[in-house]
Amino acid sequence: MNMTKQKPWLAPLLSLLILLLTLAAWHLATRPKEAAVIVDPEYAALVGGAAATGAKSAFPGPGEVGAKIWSHLKDPFYDKGTNDKGLGIQIGFSLARVLGGYLLAALVAIPLGFAIGMSPLIYRALDPFIQILKPISPLAWMPLALYTIKDSSISAIFVIFICSIWPMLINTAFGVASVRRDWLNVARTLEVSRLRTAFLVILPAAAPTIMTGMRISIGIAWLVIVAAEMLVGGTGIGYFVWNEWNNLSITNIFTAILLIGLVGMLLDTALAKLTRLVSYRE
Amino acid sequence: MSIFRNPFDPETRLHKGCSCGQHSSQAAHDMELQAAQDRAVEGAVMRALFPDDNMRRNFLRSVGAGTALAAISTIFPLGAAKEAFAQTGGKLEKQKLKVGFIPITCATPIIMAAPMGFYAKYGLDVEVVKTAGWAVIRDKAMNKEYDAAHMLSPMPIAMSMGVGSNPMPWTVPAIENINGQAITLAMKHKDKRDPKQWKGFKFAVPFDFSMHNYLLRYYLAEAGLDPDTDVQIRAVPPPEMVANLRAENIDGFLGPDPMNQRAVYDGVGFIHMLSRDIWDGHPCCAFGASKEFVTSMPNTYQALLKSIIDATKFASNPANRKDIAKAIAPANYLNQPEVVIDQILTGTFADGLGGVQKVPDRLEFDPFPYESFAVWILTQMKRWGQIKGDVDYRKVARDVFLATDAARLMKENGFPAPEVSMKKVMIMKKEFDPAKPEDYLKSFAIKRS
Repeated sequence: MNMTKQKPWLAPLLSLLILLLTLAAWHLATRPKEAAVIVDPEYAALVGGAAATGAKSAFPGPGEVGAKIWSHLKDPFYDKGTNDKGLGIQIGFSLARVLGGYLLAALVAIPLGFAIGMSPLIYRALDPFIQILKPISPLAWMPLALYTIKDSSISAIFVIFICSIWPMLINTAFGVASVRRDWLNVARTLEVSRLRTAFLVILPAAAPTIMTGMRISIGIAWLVIVAAEMLVGGTGIGYFVWNEWNNLSITNIFTAILLIGLVGMLLDTALAKLTRLVSYRE
Repeated sequence: MSIFRNPFDPETRLHKGCSCGQHSSQAAHDMELQAAQDRAVEGAVMRALFPDDNMRRNFLRSVGAGTALAAISTIFPLGAAKEAFAQTGGKLEKQKLKVGFIPITCATPIIMAAPMGFYAKYGLDVEVVKTAGWAVIRDKAMNKEYDAAHMLSPMPIAMSMGVGSNPMPWTVPAIENINGQAITLAMKHKDKRDPKQWKGFKFAVPFDFSMHNYLLRYYLAEAGLDPDTDVQIRAVPPPEMVANLRAENIDGFLGPDPMNQRAVYDGVGFIHMLSRDIWDGHPCCAFGASKEFVTSMPNTYQALLKSIIDATKFASNPANRKDIAKAIAPANYLNQPEVVIDQILTGTFADGLGGVQKVPDRLEFDPFPYESFAVWILTQMKRWGQIKGDVDYRKVARDVFLATDAARLMKENGFPAPEVSMKKVMIMKKEFDPAKPEDYLKSFAIKRS
């Protein structure tokens, strides 16, 4: 604790050092080996560089990935037809889907969580269902959604909805249920109506727990979108990853992975800021 | 033409006459209709050129009709106008269509028809949408997100019979490609070229209901291996095949191109055998549409089928293959290096073992959906236990593979269409007679039923 106070630059420096070491190790590990072409030139023209030397195509180095990232950053919004759009557009599609499913989930989870949290009976009655539905993977929901909803884009939103609803629901219920008895008793002594108690006492008291649930949920929603889009295809960052996998283009997949991480971090930071707004000290 | 007419349809006349009843045959009816249309176009052009009819008559008298026609043809494309008129056989019920495809070279006609303008030629605005796998393309087509789709030729049969999904009447208006698949093995097996040495291998095929599955099983069984017990065959989507081969999760696959050539390009595998060497001329992928689409939008269906037939005809000419490779290689379509697609389409390719092979018919395009193809597929579905009990081979084949329509439209587009829709074929030196499917089935030593 003392050290970071005295030298605030130390942690960033260490981060940078780790990054540089990783890049150096990566570069060394993927350095192209000098090998003579062992097949005739006619054959070599028909295959990739590595295959011409009798090897498998290699993992790309940091330089290639960097160049690829730069080429995507230069032109993020191109549109070359239905199946080939820029990364900016793909991220936009993914974000729209995530926010759609996530907001729907919040609209359902928070009121429902309130009801569950305020009544121990409902809590116990619904608990087994929640516990069973919570751990189901998005990919398991997808065939069911496609079969019943009969629309792939709504199915993707549904899968985000169903996967991101549980942390919000459970946290809301838990937050509401664990509001301090004293506060509720004070409200009752002052003859505050049930509705006012819910909005003016319970909601502020449970807000930090609810926000934590929402923060976990947005992370899950962002995890789910890549899997969902890889399956239904069409648009989005998940489709981009799938399309480049199809082309075995590790550099493009790497670019997408970094971008997915970056966007996920931004979403998480935004929710963390909101959590700080509603938190309080007892 | 009459041999293609459905003798069980109360609307068709089998013996004499045409649909209007005034001609001796349907052909004569069509010819006169064509002539009448041509006259109408010529009349319209002449009226437009000569607003005053006296002027037209004087002009014709002074130069003669033949010279006049020639002169007018030089300034006005009469032939093209007549053709354009003939194509508007009826109003398109739907102009904007969505057609799904899997990014493999089998889909070449469906894909190239978009960038090369074959859909636009028939007044259609078609969006070709890349799709992640066969089950997804089936579900999207059944949910009507796609108006028509690229499918494996056994899929519409399985869908119509309700095998592996809900039953839904589906059709194959045209086959897309024949040949064009291959058995690719991992590099470490380059000395095991005899299938008898493959016991315990893990293979991938694109889908359970695929020609790949049936051809691989056929090939293994001919070598004495039971495909269900001696090896493992699993369904892996085409894009994941090379990645799995590289990771040594599988020993090989019978897969569609570009995956075979891509495995060679990346130094991961070698091409053991082209599928044409198992059955030369086998169908692979199909252009699939629901029965509902075919019957409720007949004009759109015809226009779509004509564009596909046109594109297939264009693709069947080896001289056009380089241009096609350039058109379909970009990220919007196949998303592969052009040199890979080029090798598949031209048939001059690296085999992965250091040799360059020249097999011009590695991949061929022929739209005609022989009903005998469907019968063969049914025998294999029954052979491996995908369907059980009695099968009305002829009826399923005729309901799903629309040979009659294809033959008519192929002829209209100037593509030679075969006269019969059933033909005997040789598969690995063993004859298949579509008239005797049950006998054929009984002749196999390794089978599940």
